[in-house]
Amino acid sequence: MENNQQSKLFSEPVFRHVGDRGLLVEFSAEIDLETNQKIHAFSRLLENPLPEGVIEIIPSYRSLVLVYEPLVVDLQELKKMLTSLYRDLESNPIANPEIVEIPVCYGGEFGEDLEQVASHNGLSAEEVIRIHSETIYPVYMIGFTPGFPYLGGLSAKIHTPRLATPRTTVPAGSVGIANNQTGIYPIASPGGWQLIGRCPYKIFDPLRPNPFLIKAGDHLRFTPVSSQDFLKLQTGKA
Amino acid sequence: MPAALKIRQPGAYSTVQDLGRFGYQRYGVPPSGAVDRFAAKTVNLLLGNHKNSAVLEMTIAGPIIEILTPCTLAVTGAAMSIKINGNLVDNWSSFAVVKGDVIAIGHAESGCRAYLGINGGIDVPMIMGSRSCYTDGRFGGHEGRPLVAGDILAYCDDQAGSIECRTLPAAYRPTYSSHWELRAIPGPQDDYFDQGLELFFSQKFTVTPQVNRMGYRLKGPKIERKNTMPASIISEPSLPGGVQVPEGGDPIILLSEQTVGGYAKIATVIREDIAKIAQTMPGDTIRFQRVSIAEALDIERKNKELYSFLKEEYSNAQSFAVLGKQYYKSEIFSEKLSNFLRQI
Repeated sequence: MENNQQSKLFSEPVFRHVGDRGLLVEFSAEIDLETNQKIHAFSRLLENPLPEGVIEIIPSYRSLVLVYEPLVVDLQELKKMLTSLYRDLESNPIANPEIVEIPVCYGGEFGEDLEQVASHNGLSAEEVIRIHSETIYPVYMIGFTPGFPYLGGLSAKIHTPRLATPRTTVPAGSVGIANNQTGIYPIASPGGWQLIGRCPYKIFDPLRPNPFLIKAGDHLRFTPVSSQDFLKLQTGKA
Repeated sequence: MPAALKIRQPGAYSTVQDLGRFGYQRYGVPPSGAVDRFAAKTVNLLLGNHKNSAVLEMTIAGPIIEILTPCTLAVTGAAMSIKINGNLVDNWSSFAVVKGDVIAIGHAESGCRAYLGINGGIDVPMIMGSRSCYTDGRFGGHEGRPLVAGDILAYCDDQAGSIECRTLPAAYRPTYSSHWELRAIPGPQDDYFDQGLELFFSQKFTVTPQVNRMGYRLKGPKIERKNTMPASIISEPSLPGGVQVPEGGDPIILLSEQTVGGYAKIATVIREDIAKIAQTMPGDTIRFQRVSIAEALDIERKNKELYSFLKEEYSNAQSFAVLGKQYYKSEIFSEKLSNFLRQI
């Protein structure tokens, strides 16, 4: 995609043991979009179906962790299988990621810090909205809280430091900026991000058949919506 | 689902847990579940439940509970006194209670977490394949939070097991001291340390008051990284038992409510020893003992065999008791009894 440089992918996977039931598989030494996409492709290949005794696969920036039942899985056999799958990956093209549209009502009561982000960067609020919503953000991994996406790709034009004093509560669905990162709060929590807008959908709802709107490997696009549309989407979804 | 337990006082921190929620960590959902799996599985064994039935995890001080319907209960884990209407009953044993009884569970005299089980298991909604409470996520368990006064818990009557009272022989009960040996496997980032690794596996650490289901912060000799290694790592998944070493050099044992970590992990406590962490109290000391994966497997295999053995013993005892009951109800017995009565 954005780089034509040589692949940063290790020629062989690097295995590290995470106690008696975890295996960490490293793909590269640094964060790199192409590597991360390979990790998600690898994880999809591996989970259809999950090998016997493997409980879950957790993809992350530059590695993934397999959690397994040690009395069922032969670790040496598992490593052999993973190594051969890893070698095949080099020749496999990366599938196009799913693009998830996240409607956002920017500014006003939903994005109290929009003006501050604008003035910090010498821009108008409209320009911040345009820059924030014209980028497509890859989801490198999910973690920290249920459904929280670690996103890449925020334009340097709107990088903004965290708030000096974090808020005690940030409402679920809030979209914010902290330094070179943008993100969305799936559940209400304390937080120091500069809030620029809010999404009317529940990013995470434990009671929904599919509790998660976003999975690791997806790409996100933030689409500006009016406050009237925000309310419509919110009630339509509920 | 008969309403069974009314919480009069919730205790210090009581949550409903089963053995955990798996398959969702990639979505940022941690496994949760009983931290002391041995005590949770054993309390279910004493009640004839499935090992994954939901139980009440009680921390430091237990609740006061009013019984709403006849049921069988048991308490395992930390030594908290159990009183039925003021009369002491034994831990690690099941006992029957009736409507109107009041159960008072005291504070932990040794250990830290005790488990209250009920025949059939506590009935709370199954969310993402588990009944475990994840308080930060505000879901699972009873309304996604620790219990408060007035809460009512039901039990699953469709799963109700035996109501013969059982006791775990003393030989199988763990003893909780204030010094702990935790077996751990080096890694995943043991290569970040040189002398630090030797220090970690030889010195004593003290449990600080900053402990919860997310992690246990320890204090002791400072663990230093090799000076060629960065202060943090690129964030990666963390599993229960991982011991991360942040900048200050004081290790933190990560537990079951954490999904991602950004510090190097010097070692990982084997799963069979996480139950011990669950029972440590602030001020206790810990020494880490280095084991290999093969040794950890042996330990797990032995513990699994012990559990199967106990299960077998209880199922025999149960069928014997059932046979006994049938005998006393049988015509042969009533005939013998009437003959006997005629003779006296």
